[in-house]
Amino acid sequence: MSINSSNLHDLTVAQLATKLRSKEVSAVEVTQHFLSRSHAAENLGAYLAFNDEFSLTQAKAADARIAAGDVSPLTGVPIAHKDIFVTKDFPSTAGSKMLDGYYSSFNSTVVNKFAVSGMISLGKLNCDEFAMGSGNENSAFKPVLNPWDHTRIPGGSSGGSAAAVAARLTPATTGTDTGGSIRQPAAFCGITGIKPTYGRASRYGMIAFASSLDQAGPMARTAEDCALLLSAMCGPDLDRDSTSLDVPAEDYTCSLNDSLDGLRIGIPKEFFGEGLSADVRAAVDAALNEYEKLGAKLVPISLPRTELSIPVYYIIAPAEASSNLSRFDGVKFGHRAQNYTDLNDMYKKTRAEGFGDEVKRRIMIGTYVLSHGYYDAYYLQAQKIRRMIADDFQQAFKECDVIAGPVAPTVAWKLGEKSSDPVANYLADIFTLPASLAGLPGMSVPAGFGEGNMPVGLQLIGNYFSEAKLLNMAHRLQQATDWHSRSPK
Amino acid sequence: MSLNSQDIARIANLARLELSADESARLLTQTNDFFNIMEKMRAVNTKGVEPLAHPLDAIQSMSLRLRDDIASEPNNRDANQQTAPAVENGLFLVPKVIE
Repeated sequence: MSINSSNLHDLTVAQLATKLRSKEVSAVEVTQHFLSRSHAAENLGAYLAFNDEFSLTQAKAADARIAAGDVSPLTGVPIAHKDIFVTKDFPSTAGSKMLDGYYSSFNSTVVNKFAVSGMISLGKLNCDEFAMGSGNENSAFKPVLNPWDHTRIPGGSSGGSAAAVAARLTPATTGTDTGGSIRQPAAFCGITGIKPTYGRASRYGMIAFASSLDQAGPMARTAEDCALLLSAMCGPDLDRDSTSLDVPAEDYTCSLNDSLDGLRIGIPKEFFGEGLSADVRAAVDAALNEYEKLGAKLVPISLPRTELSIPVYYIIAPAEASSNLSRFDGVKFGHRAQNYTDLNDMYKKTRAEGFGDEVKRRIMIGTYVLSHGYYDAYYLQAQKIRRMIADDFQQAFKECDVIAGPVAPTVAWKLGEKSSDPVANYLADIFTLPASLAGLPGMSVPAGFGEGNMPVGLQLIGNYFSEAKLLNMAHRLQQATDWHSRSPK
Repeated sequence: MSLNSQDIARIANLARLELSADESARLLTQTNDFFNIMEKMRAVNTKGVEPLAHPLDAIQSMSLRLRDDIASEPNNRDANQQTAPAVENGLFLVPKVIE
């Protein structure tokens, strides 16, 4: 072999795919390399489960496909999945004690699509319990450490997905984004991640948190990699996901190099107010300056209901969660309490033991806002303002082609810093929630470093179905800068 | 608006969650903190605004799609019950509900 296997983990998805196709390296070698790095990094807490035998079987099958010339752009490249996607060959826990040891009888559509394209599943990745959290500290099993500074959180809820890519434990991961759970951890770990338009990627087999918001997306080091992954991930799943859109899959790699000359980038003034810390602002401004050098124009815009997105989201998401999580009752799957007096007592004790604090809080809030006498004042009111927020974006897109701003008000905070104050956590989601509520595609792109030399993410928000434009913008920035190629020590 | 400990007990019962005394007290404080930041939302004038359930309904009318009512799944009972808490002869076991 001409390639030094110690460098394999520095290669991107696109580079690995090329070397695999030209048979410079085999899928088995690549898989063994990433598995051994992943096992050795146990202290990071990124993984919850492995099945090396299964991964190597997939790798051998990929090598056979490559030998036969039957390849997709991703054949033989490893990926690891957020433990929100159900899998037959790995346990599926959603980071919860409720599903400790649970195995699904089927694979989620997203996991299946990557398997069909010849990718190798390395394992399942840690996350906040049922994807509820912004720091990955709500995992029932263990926290995830930020590879850039082990005293800090990696972001959440896809914290394991972001940390694993940043630490070079896998070239690619899946994540899910309900209120920012792909974009925020991608920003905090200095990687690239995209949440497509709501309904683009199938939710079938994604353990449900808030069904009108949940959306899957890829996380990797570069925009080019995200384009390759997203192209394989999207597409209609009409029989299995009632909100899947009947819009054909696209090849997002075609337009990566398009010129940005004359592109109008909307800068929402509400994203640059006093809540934004100076270090993040400086990094975001520098990235925006790069776009001006690439020929884009910055246009001031307003998203007047940005602040309202916090109450609106934290009514709608818990309401939907309280309904979705009612299926965890100790009967058909998951945990069941040992001692109880009758059926109702069994439900109550099972759920008390199986759910963690944040999940209980959200179930309580959701149950309350859906209960008799409060539904109109909270849930329905939130859904009405949700439409106003979505309309604000359509108004803004009359003046600009895409919107840019920070992903989060600060860099990653210290482990434990906000864990005693749930509301403080909610407030930090302010810049990712608006696009989630509107169902718009959003992306995080590395944009330099802030306080403590921690990564900062630039958020790009596009109109519905404009994923290709966001990836094009991110790719052009990555051709002009090297923030995305830095790695933690 | 402020919740009291009876409200917490009532909601916990609706949600089928057993709470310890400590948990109830903590949840009471946290839930009231939470609803303090919700008040801004209640003041917004939403007269005449239609609630948005499917986000793409913002640009096009979305109706929930129904597929034909035809059984499409194979019988996977054994696989589906492999991690169930209690099963017997292919049936889920629950505590006695009828005396």
